[in-house]
Amino acid sequence: METPNVYAYKLITRKEYFSPGHRACQGCAEVLAVRLVSKALGRDTIVASATGCMEIVSSPIPFTNWRVPWIHVAFENAAAVASGVEAGIKVLMRKGRIPKKKINFIAMAGDGGTSDIGVQALSGALERGHDFTYICYDNEAYMNTGIQRSSSTPFGAATTTSPAGSVVPGQVTWKKNMPEIAAAHNIPYVATACPSYPIDLIEKIKKAARTKGPAYVHILSVCPTGWRMPPEHAIKAGRLAVETGIFPLYEVDKGRYRLTVKVENLRPVGDYLKMQGRFRHLDEGMIEVIQKRVDKEYKKLIKKME
Amino acid sequence: MGNRIGLEVSLSAAEAVKMANVDCIAAYPITPQTHIVEHLSELVNDGHLDAEFIPVESEHSAMSVCAGVSAAGARVFTCTSSQGLALMNEIVHIVASMRLPIVTILANRSLSGPLSIWNDHTDVMSIRDCGWIQVFANNGQEVFDHVLFGFKVAENENVMLPLMIHIDGFILTHVIEPVEFWEKDQVEKYLPVFKPVHSLHPDKPVTMGAFGMPFIFSEAKVAQDEPLIQSKSVITAAWKELGDITGRYYKPVETYRNDDAETLFITQGSYGDTVSLVVDELREEGKSVGLVMDRLWRPFPFNEFRDAVKNADNLIIIDRAISYGGQGGPLAIELRSVMYGEKNQPAITNFICGLAGRDMTIKDFKNIYQRAMEKVKGITLEEDYEYYGVRGK
Repeated sequence: METPNVYAYKLITRKEYFSPGHRACQGCAEVLAVRLVSKALGRDTIVASATGCMEIVSSPIPFTNWRVPWIHVAFENAAAVASGVEAGIKVLMRKGRIPKKKINFIAMAGDGGTSDIGVQALSGALERGHDFTYICYDNEAYMNTGIQRSSSTPFGAATTTSPAGSVVPGQVTWKKNMPEIAAAHNIPYVATACPSYPIDLIEKIKKAARTKGPAYVHILSVCPTGWRMPPEHAIKAGRLAVETGIFPLYEVDKGRYRLTVKVENLRPVGDYLKMQGRFRHLDEGMIEVIQKRVDKEYKKLIKKME
Repeated sequence: MGNRIGLEVSLSAAEAVKMANVDCIAAYPITPQTHIVEHLSELVNDGHLDAEFIPVESEHSAMSVCAGVSAAGARVFTCTSSQGLALMNEIVHIVASMRLPIVTILANRSLSGPLSIWNDHTDVMSIRDCGWIQVFANNGQEVFDHVLFGFKVAENENVMLPLMIHIDGFILTHVIEPVEFWEKDQVEKYLPVFKPVHSLHPDKPVTMGAFGMPFIFSEAKVAQDEPLIQSKSVITAAWKELGDITGRYYKPVETYRNDDAETLFITQGSYGDTVSLVVDELREEGKSVGLVMDRLWRPFPFNEFRDAVKNADNLIIIDRAISYGGQGGPLAIELRSVMYGEKNQPAITNFICGLAGRDMTIKDFKNIYQRAMEKVKGITLEEDYEYYGVRGK
């Protein structure tokens, strides 16, 4: 029933659990991803959110966009807070203080809240085996504070703390591979997703939520403001990230790797890089360096599927 | 009442947590708190306590897990010490603003550096302004009683604030003391099942921890401070009820032979028991000395304190922490302010001592008394405070 080939767009629920009226930027693909994730999870969900764009745009007192129970405590601890919510509800159900039913426990954070400051709390929660899904909305920099680099910022990108200078050409480190780090915890489900592929995304979120034990979904979330591009190109940029092999869509289901969106012939990375202002200083030499790295990483990933 | 037995204070603290029937415990080990969490994990793993024991990867996560558990509507406990408290500091402040009734034992230990595992109150004072209810327990029985008291007060629907019980590391945590357990029915009557005002559940969605723009932030903070101030009536009522059950009546400010005393020692924590012996000896020598122990640290019991010291000419304030570059130890700074504007101004001398477990014996407190009298007789107090027993000073 829930395989992509029988799924049609019209089968996506019309119900919104993340309401309109949020304060995200025009063309924000992250908030689109949040909306799709909320639809996929449905009513019986509790969300623990890290500090960041999605928290700020959705919860200024006295307003909220959340139609499911939602909690924010701090920046680096979404996984720990979700651990607590899951443990608390579990024990209350066991002791008969609240009725037993399936509830989806979600932790959400940006790439900074996941791969930098939140990586310890995340690793702890994955290792302890809580029954929850951690969703990283990766827009590849600290966008909420004004586009500073994170360990998830790709090589070559210009940010406000990795500016394209005359000596150092922007970010000179390679993007931290968080899905692989999550998978190394031997958790039952890991996936990458992108709201430019909504059915694939919904499919994976549902699967993650169904999974008993910890699951990790890493969502590439195009940020037109931070990536220096027109808002109407957000969906296209997400597709190009996948079609160039820069951000392959795959899952690791109980250790088995599978590409969920297959790309016959990868497009050159330049197609993706050249549409974004953050890469505009890159010369052909640097683009070639990135191409080589992407090819190598892609091959490594495909090898895991054999 | 239940049996009176000899038990390490850490173990009796854990037994009290068991009697409180907590739903979850999240903790990370740190000396001298370890025996409490070790015993709790034994109680859970041996099936004596039906709770989730969540062995987190840091104290920051310990308090974060507690936030999640408490927001879900379950009863939660953690304990830590010193550096652990420093690491969880961020969340300590946030859970107070979120009105989550988490109960924590802080096994008081000095803050680094230099690294030390021993007892003083530098960790306590680092979170003085965190918005929690804070009480000192001075012996094993008080620790046991205050765990049950802690949940009762914190979870009161008019309070809904986290509560921290300060117990001196090693001096209390690692000594065997007599403790009288409560009967199960006494606990059930005193501490009913936690009924949260709001909790995270899909049947009634709420948003917790929303952010405050400048137009609403001050209002949110006042709405946090007011219930803390007003919690005092709940605190005193909970102590009264505890006394009616156990016969042990606790007060925000405890006193010993203070009524007619010219000079009063002011202490916090387990030093009170030592100084009470000093008072007895000095009295035998004909000295007019008494003792006032601050039990409730936040909300501070202004009236009770002023009342306890109203007949005294001299206050000797014992501090176990430093306010670097400040006007003495944190307790003295606070109490000078409490006494400011009072009609009868006592002479205040302040001694910082017993840092990082440096032993303070009866003889030492007698020396402090003598030194204080010398200072007072000179009337002008040249220095606002003095380090006691420091080589080279």
